[in-house]
Amino acid sequence: MVHSEEHMIVVDDLHKHFGGFHAVDGASLTIDRGSITGLIGPNGAGKTTLFNVIAGVLKPTSGSVYMDGENITGVPPHDLFHKGLLRTFQIAHEFHSMSCRENLMMVPGGQSGETLWNTWFGRKRIADEERALKAKADEVLEFLTIEHLSDQKAGQISGGQKKLLELGRTMMVDAKIVFLDEVGAGVNRTLLNTIGDAIIRLNQERGYTFVVIEHDMDFIGRLCDPVICMAEGRVLAEGTLAEIKANEQVIEAYLGTGLKNKDQVGA
Amino acid sequence: MDFLNAIVALANYVLIPGIAYGSQLALGALGVTLVYGILRFSNFAHGDTMALGAMATVLMTWLFQSWGLSLGPLPTALLALPFGILFAIGLLLFTDRTVYKFYRVKKAKPVILVIVSLGITFIYNGVTRFIIGADDQNFFDGERFIISAREFKTATGLDEGLSFKTTQGITIITAIIVVALLFWFLNRTRAGKSMRAYSDNEDLALLSGINPERVVMITWMIVATLATIAGVLYGLDKSFKPFTYFQLLLPIFASAIVGGLGNPIGAIAGGFVIAFSEVTITYAWKKILVYLMPESLEPNGLVQLLSTDYKFAVSFVILLIVLLFKPTGLFKGQSV
Repeated sequence: MVHSEEHMIVVDDLHKHFGGFHAVDGASLTIDRGSITGLIGPNGAGKTTLFNVIAGVLKPTSGSVYMDGENITGVPPHDLFHKGLLRTFQIAHEFHSMSCRENLMMVPGGQSGETLWNTWFGRKRIADEERALKAKADEVLEFLTIEHLSDQKAGQISGGQKKLLELGRTMMVDAKIVFLDEVGAGVNRTLLNTIGDAIIRLNQERGYTFVVIEHDMDFIGRLCDPVICMAEGRVLAEGTLAEIKANEQVIEAYLGTGLKNKDQVGA
Repeated sequence: MDFLNAIVALANYVLIPGIAYGSQLALGALGVTLVYGILRFSNFAHGDTMALGAMATVLMTWLFQSWGLSLGPLPTALLALPFGILFAIGLLLFTDRTVYKFYRVKKAKPVILVIVSLGITFIYNGVTRFIIGADDQNFFDGERFIISAREFKTATGLDEGLSFKTTQGITIITAIIVVALLFWFLNRTRAGKSMRAYSDNEDLALLSGINPERVVMITWMIVATLATIAGVLYGLDKSFKPFTYFQLLLPIFASAIVGGLGNPIGAIAGGFVIAFSEVTITYAWKKILVYLMPESLEPNGLVQLLSTDYKFAVSFVILLIVLLFKPTGLFKGQSV
């Protein structure tokens, strides 16, 4: 597949098989720079597996992934992190025994405090870094309107707040592309709107590219263009949400005939 | 007077030995719990890591003694300890690079790593006995007692003597310093926090700026340090015999599990719970009861609940009881 400037991520004929089960079965897609791309599809369509392969958690059976023209197939997650590729999890992950602020402060890599030598002999430098980090973490917590949770243990906050914290993690570094796996799952409307606002602001102000897996069509409609629909491990259709909604195959596989016959039912 | 005698006897035979033994178990259990929390397997080789680290220290001690170096009233082993620690760090990092890393990269199941560590145990065990022999080795020198029983008796006029061995004092002080340093490290430094983050959630840690290989390396270095210190303290207090460290593995694991695997505070608490259970259940209480009871009620037997031969069984009974009521240990561990 030819690489061009506007493509941030190119996925080329990706396969991921678990034994006989083909979770991702020849998926090819591109993610444009600066876009908020929605990824929809029925449960078991292979969306999360695709995320896991792109993010380096799983090794693909075959196929390749490119980021900015560089082949990143099989590169481990923490190396991708340093390249600016970040992800969140369907079920929010957190360092449960640490405060929300500490959770955020853990994110940036390459700090001098990481080595044993500096722990003992570079205390001044570490203190300066920590102060800058703390300020940044506080800023992020404020942005996400959860500054009152700064000192709470992350294991004790609600599921929705954990989702916000996950989003906050992506703001601690200069991410290029962020993969959000069902940020809206189990989150109430108000909080979902806050998350949506945050995503749009990050996209516009900081130029983050987003790929969003989501089942909430209103949320997708508000944020995402284009939308990619997956089914059975393959890309079924791609386009604006309106185009996707009108696509016969997508209705068949995902949205269901209920939507098509709505008028008749309502009559 | 009898009451004071009873208290002194209690301190002499139960409290002081219990605290010293508890400190040794706690240091050992901390090493086990760190490996479990961060590398996610039960490291059976820990007992023999203690043996090897202690062995290196013993050899250095002998070398220093032959040079005439000494610390005056303190044992020369303290001078040799840093060299023992360096040896153990080198050994564990070498083992990790050549053995554990292979399985870690393959994401092997914990049970496989446990068996691998059992293999390492036998290798370490063999190496230790090959180098220093299977017998008891004495490497203690310096002042034997901080307070000796005879001095105590003449000073206080009591019938019961209280002896406080130098090794017991060193054990307790060292344990306090080491534990304080460890907790400072885990809670206050970036490297320590990375370790906790890795222990909390490995997947997320991998998706952060945490370098997993560095976390693993630092963990092994700390584990080697803890193991060597625990091994040397135990060796100073009792005597150095390779096989006893293999046996120590049982109460050490019991301590770590009772406290909650993966939880450092639990490891310390567990160490003392196990140590005091062993000491109180295998101690012959006759002496203390004779002081406390009226003459007509004085016991004829030893009032020893279990013979010391069964002391390892005690740890396991305590372990079973605790796990029945709190399956994740006294302090919440990562489940067993």
